[in-house]
Amino acid sequence: MHKSRTTLTVISLAAIVVVVQLLTHCAGKEYYLTQMIMAAYYSIVVLGLCLVMGYAGQISLGHAAFFAMGGYTSAILTTTSFSAAAGTGAGRILRGLGVFVERADLYGGQLVTVNPWAAFLMAMLLTAAVAFLIGYPALRLKGHYLAMATLGFGLIVYRIVLGSEFAGSSDGVTGVPEWRICPGLVLGGSTEYRVANYYLAWGVTLLVLVLLLNLVRSRVGRALRSIHDGELAANAMGINTARFKLQAFVFSAVLAAAAGCLLTHYNGGIGPSEAGAMKSIRYVALVAVGGMDNLLGGLVVSTVLTFLSLRGYFGTYDHAVFGVILIAIISLAPEGPLKPVAAWFKGFTVRKGG
Amino acid sequence: MSEILQYIFSGITNGGIYAIVAVGFSVVYSTTGVLNLAQGEFVMLGGMVAISLLNVVPLPVAVVAAVAIVTLCGCILEMLFFRHLRSHSILHLIIITIGLSIVIQEVALHVWDEKVRSLPYFTGDECSSIKLAGAAISPQVLWVLGAVAVVVVVLQVFLKYTLVGRAMRACSANPDAAMLAGINIRNMRTFAFAVSAAMGAIAGCVISPISMTQYDMGASLTIKGFAAAIVGGLGNPMAAVAGGLLVGLVEAFSVMSGLPAAYKDAAAFAILVLVLFVRPRGLFGTRDAGSVREC
Repeated sequence: MHKSRTTLTVISLAAIVVVVQLLTHCAGKEYYLTQMIMAAYYSIVVLGLCLVMGYAGQISLGHAAFFAMGGYTSAILTTTSFSAAAGTGAGRILRGLGVFVERADLYGGQLVTVNPWAAFLMAMLLTAAVAFLIGYPALRLKGHYLAMATLGFGLIVYRIVLGSEFAGSSDGVTGVPEWRICPGLVLGGSTEYRVANYYLAWGVTLLVLVLLLNLVRSRVGRALRSIHDGELAANAMGINTARFKLQAFVFSAVLAAAAGCLLTHYNGGIGPSEAGAMKSIRYVALVAVGGMDNLLGGLVVSTVLTFLSLRGYFGTYDHAVFGVILIAIISLAPEGPLKPVAAWFKGFTVRKGG
Repeated sequence: MSEILQYIFSGITNGGIYAIVAVGFSVVYSTTGVLNLAQGEFVMLGGMVAISLLNVVPLPVAVVAAVAIVTLCGCILEMLFFRHLRSHSILHLIIITIGLSIVIQEVALHVWDEKVRSLPYFTGDECSSIKLAGAAISPQVLWVLGAVAVVVVVLQVFLKYTLVGRAMRACSANPDAAMLAGINIRNMRTFAFAVSAAMGAIAGCVISPISMTQYDMGASLTIKGFAAAIVGGLGNPMAAVAGGLLVGLVEAFSVMSGLPAAYKDAAAFAILVLVLFVRPRGLFGTRDAGSVREC
């Protein structure tokens, strides 16, 4: 039954994705797709954070750092010239393996840079390693301590990115090349393949959703839920809580890094604000509004709010909107706004029926 | 030698401000169980309100009035958002205080814009300096250190010897027992917010001439203040002072050692992360604090 419900959910979401594309096409507002693509990638971070916050019950105020780590690693690797290194023996082997590729820069000069595929893989590996190193000690901490440790980590990454020459300081990294994923599918910001990119972004996002929906309904998901409800009891039942928490944390960090990597290729660059604390807080806000342990709610809410924010509907109140959302949710509906509405709806229909 | 002394003075000046924020954390946390991540915003508000009031009244009046107004803000904050909170899970408390900090910051941005402002020096001006053991320091540094000392001593006397102070300590030791003894816990919680807001506002006023006041200064103060509170050991005001000075000194020496200035903050946060990982109960903390404690 669960399985069919997942299938139904994903099919209806896919239908919505197609309808949105057709609507923008008919209305002649295809530029909306750009923000929809970005919203999709940001939503992947929210989905991953949902797993950590809603299911494992751990807070992370540093997910923007993982996002930035993925983005920056692939951006730096695909823009830095390795011409000298490529001439050496090891470089020639890497070239043979396709890790190094030759391409022309803006002025027609020859550049040897890392292949986007290889850069993507390296970014994932680096982020996983860092998330493991941070998560291993941090996840033994509880409540406030975990929140501040992750916030502190996020700020360190932000400061390093902002203050380092190799990360372009306050300008960030620009000129990230397009990523030819397969013939006919190019991940890049040019408008000629915007529609293809839209389907790529949403395809990836829905894939992540299916993955997570299945995960939380599996043995791992039940273990995570039990940690959320009572870590001590879960431990007593023989669940290795430390390992499950760490796995969830590392997995969500890698998801964030993947999203960062993809968005960086789409935007053609990345700036230090992506690593800022405000971004991390936004992800937390979106998870909270979605109802913490509600992947679908998180996806919908994050897409809508991120889209509105990116289109500039909140104007100068952009940050304030997210702050007010946080306060309102916790003081009025700590379980998320969707739950009381659902309960009310249920009560309404039952009363009607009875 | 005198150069080192110069760095030490700059370290303990900033450290003193972190110490006040850290003590504010401790007071609120031990009485209410809330870790108020909007603590740094009180510092910003104190400075900003005083600067605005300076247009109409002389400096001493402006400072006193600013402290009073921010104290009132602290009370209102507690009564509006924490008194009737239905869920007290740590996750929710963290989220709501972060929300408050963002909203206060954004309100400040729209009220005062993003310009950097400052109060005038309390005595002398930016050029006057005092020679102290070979180091030249601004008289304002003495104001900051004096204010920190007075705030800490007054708080300690208040908590130890007055009825209200003892009632507050009773609340932090055991809220249920305190309630049975006839202490109005709710009012004590409001009072704790008021005290921490007042301390933050004082810090905001004395530091304004040196490090300026800007709408977004609160967030980094909150984190450094928290680092100080953790380094000392949460829930112990005196240890928080030591933690604050330590964080300030580390920051100053990271600049002295030739690290790029942009990494200065990273050094402070690295201490936070390191202490959390290695000794979460803090350098002077008791065993029941830190990772062992779960609410």
